[in-house]
Amino acid sequence: MEEPRTIKYTPKDFKSDQEVRWCPGCGDHAVLNSVQKALTELGIPKEKFAFISGIGCSSRFPYYMDTYGFHGIHGRAAAIATGVKTANPELSVWDITGDGDALAIGGNHFIHAIRRNIDINIILFNNEIYGLTKGQYSPTSNRGLMTKTSPFGTVEEPFSVGELVVGAKGKFFARTVDSNVTLSTQIYIEAARHKGTSVVEVLQNCVIFNDGIHEVVTGKDVREERTIILKHGEPMIFGKEHDKGLVLDGLKLRVVKLGEEGYNEKNILVHDAHEPNPGIQYMLANMKYPEYPVALGVIRSVDDHSYEADVENQIETIKKDATIKCMDDLLMSGSTWTID
Amino acid sequence: MAKNSKVIEREEVVIRFSGDSGDGMQLTGTLFSDTAALFGNDLSTFPDYPAEIRAPQGTVGGVSGFQVHLGHSEVHTPGDYSDVLVAMNPAALKANAKWVKPGGTIIYDSNNFSDKNIEKAGYKNDPIAEENLSGYNIIAAPISQMVRDALKDFGLDPKSVLRTKNMFALGMVYWLFSRKLIYTEQYFDKKFAKKPEIAEANKVALRAGYYYAETIEALSPVIKIEPAPIARGLYRNICGNTATAWGLLAAAEKAGLNLFIGSYPITPATGILEELAARKDLGVKSFQAEDEIAGICTALGASFAGNLAVTSTSGPGLALKSEAIGLAVMAELPIVVVNVQRGGPSTGLPTKTEQADLMQALYGRNGECPVVVIAASTPHDCFTYAFEAARIALEHMTPVILLTDGYLANGTEPWKIPSMKDLPEIKPPFADPKEIPFMPYKRDSENLARYWAIPGTPGLEHRIGGLEKTIKGTVSYIPENHELMVQMRAGKVAKVAARIPDMKVYGENSGDLLLIGWGGTRGYLMTAVSELQAEGHKVSLAHFNYINPMPLNVAEVFGRFKNRVVAELNLGQFADYLRMKYSDFSYRQINKVQGLPFTIREIKESCIKILEEK
Repeated sequence: MEEPRTIKYTPKDFKSDQEVRWCPGCGDHAVLNSVQKALTELGIPKEKFAFISGIGCSSRFPYYMDTYGFHGIHGRAAAIATGVKTANPELSVWDITGDGDALAIGGNHFIHAIRRNIDINIILFNNEIYGLTKGQYSPTSNRGLMTKTSPFGTVEEPFSVGELVVGAKGKFFARTVDSNVTLSTQIYIEAARHKGTSVVEVLQNCVIFNDGIHEVVTGKDVREERTIILKHGEPMIFGKEHDKGLVLDGLKLRVVKLGEEGYNEKNILVHDAHEPNPGIQYMLANMKYPEYPVALGVIRSVDDHSYEADVENQIETIKKDATIKCMDDLLMSGSTWTID
Repeated sequence: MAKNSKVIEREEVVIRFSGDSGDGMQLTGTLFSDTAALFGNDLSTFPDYPAEIRAPQGTVGGVSGFQVHLGHSEVHTPGDYSDVLVAMNPAALKANAKWVKPGGTIIYDSNNFSDKNIEKAGYKNDPIAEENLSGYNIIAAPISQMVRDALKDFGLDPKSVLRTKNMFALGMVYWLFSRKLIYTEQYFDKKFAKKPEIAEANKVALRAGYYYAETIEALSPVIKIEPAPIARGLYRNICGNTATAWGLLAAAEKAGLNLFIGSYPITPATGILEELAARKDLGVKSFQAEDEIAGICTALGASFAGNLAVTSTSGPGLALKSEAIGLAVMAELPIVVVNVQRGGPSTGLPTKTEQADLMQALYGRNGECPVVVIAASTPHDCFTYAFEAARIALEHMTPVILLTDGYLANGTEPWKIPSMKDLPEIKPPFADPKEIPFMPYKRDSENLARYWAIPGTPGLEHRIGGLEKTIKGTVSYIPENHELMVQMRAGKVAKVAARIPDMKVYGENSGDLLLIGWGGTRGYLMTAVSELQAEGHKVSLAHFNYINPMPLNVAEVFGRFKNRVVAELNLGQFADYLRMKYSDFSYRQINKVQGLPFTIREIKESCIKILEEK
């Protein structure tokens, strides 16, 4: 008899023997730690995790995880992960990707994975730059960013990850900051537990090619004023002094000061991540500094059909009444004739 | 039914049904083939249709054809030239008149030969005169008018009435070949069980055609082709795409694995995805991907997860999958890539056939990137080679490209149904869960395959990917390691040669000329060689199904013939490949790149020319 396997893990259990080769100070280190921490909380045996990635700095991630891992090709992680999950729905499948990998070369797979709502967890490291190729603008770089391929500033409009997820009929979208391990860990746990495609955008710092790009909102001194951590069922209040909130003003969100214009905790918007209509979640996901605080936390989390479960169910249903049960049955089916 | 008075027997006959792409010619041809097969003839069919679903009506570009070749003896091809042509409009005549044997029979719908239609087809005067068909048996049948008369009491709208024209024509052809109508009538009863008036209308049109032909004695004497002396057993008709799908299913069952197909619809490969999508009863997971790349990448993911994984495509799609095939080579995962070749490059001739993707299959990737390449050669042996592709992929942990073509994909032939118990077992090299730590690139010492550790197995957690690695799976840039791994991957593919059959020559083992072919041209080459042999020439055929690696006895076979002639539907890709692999020999070539198969006549003429050289 095999001994029953313990599924009490520590983050160390998920560390592989590979030397982590990201640059010192890179935000990726913190993401790795948060994910390893989150996995200990899920009660899933280690052999059931599969980490799939594309190409880019973040895509080295699977090598550092002592789980099943597949380092793919540029942009295709979502497709590979879709194949893994469809083939074996019992696996907990994670897609590790970046802004270039998921939104440029892999944009098609990204939106279609989301549209199908296959139960994979996509962690999108957004540093608004191509790091591994040494500093070219990405699909999330802000207009005007000067890089090696935009020496006079980009003239392209960036994607907003949350907007794209909602547009692709996404059911789960969350945003976190690389360095906030506590918030990140909680979000990864929620993403893993959500049935369907979960997209977590990590505002991640590239210390070499785009250092400090998120600092204006995530900096230690300013983050409480310039970000809001959303929690389902709680009023949308933020600020060092918990003195600011969000309200709906006509068809737009507006930042108000508590205690002014008659606003108080009771008439501030309450976050509903489970509301199927994405209207307000969409506005929250799109909030930009300086007009708004940047939203963190689970912005949208709606239960719906998941692809791999529907595939399994359809097969089971059809198998039940099928007259063809094996290959010999199929070979003999339809019109045949005998030659004597 | 009345008996035909004068009857002659023939060995074989070729019939071509042709009309507008909306005229139902594919169905007509299929129904005729089914009846012939049930009668016991050997046969081969070839549907030939335009890429456009409804090309401009009445134009040559919109002509859809279906050719059936049936015989009293074995039939290997759908035939070059037809004995009977059915032309539903002038365009169909224009497109096909040159393919009718001198003195053959041409049936056409005279109601459809209006001045307007004649002009549309590109004729200036009377088409029969313009085509110089005076020595032919021309039957101008007012088909449209006659179905209108026959169905006038049915209360159908005029469009529905005219839709039965093809059955009238089929009825005429049935009379010509003294065939029973019963199978076709049964088809309509089943197909339109819920619309009995439509079933009845088609049956009435069918009978009307039959009696019309009898009344006018359309062909005298009537032709009879006795059943072929085919091996005893249970038979069915099968087309190449279905056979391919079934071969993969059979392999999955033999390996005890679930079958996953990730594919994107593309002509002429779509039938494989469609057939497997319908096979939920056998547990197939079919994934219609967002693009060709996702097709293979989902398949690779499924392979990583432990399925028999497949992607199917045609030329342009294979180009898109190249990078992911490279990943499969590097990750050493089993995967079958089916490429149903069509005319290229680029979009090319989507509904026509060609063998010009050979070099793409062999070499179309970055880096030293060998894969196994095999090719099917008849519609029904697509089953055998799809099974083989999966067996090799699974047992040798390698991607395998299976080449078929548009001609095999849509062509049908009778197939003696195999029994699963007669197929070999497939044993993938699963990793031993007790051998910990698992080393992803440790190899079987004999065939160099790595071991397959399936996610979900405790203790075998490991990482693979596109970066070069050491045996332990550690990313490595060490120069010597890279070279070693490149050689290992090449060696692994080369070792497959030990698990494939020797090349068998069709005909004598030595002689003046060895005709060499590969893939879907086999029927033509075999027929040409048979005829040349019968005429006293010392000609044999070496036909290849295993392209990379090749059978071990190839050089020995080649050496026994004075001349080697490579016949293929491209500009000489296999010939060049042989020049590289077996450079001790010289090779002559027969090439054709018209989107059409060879004709037996052109193969024979080329061979005779070479044989007559001093």
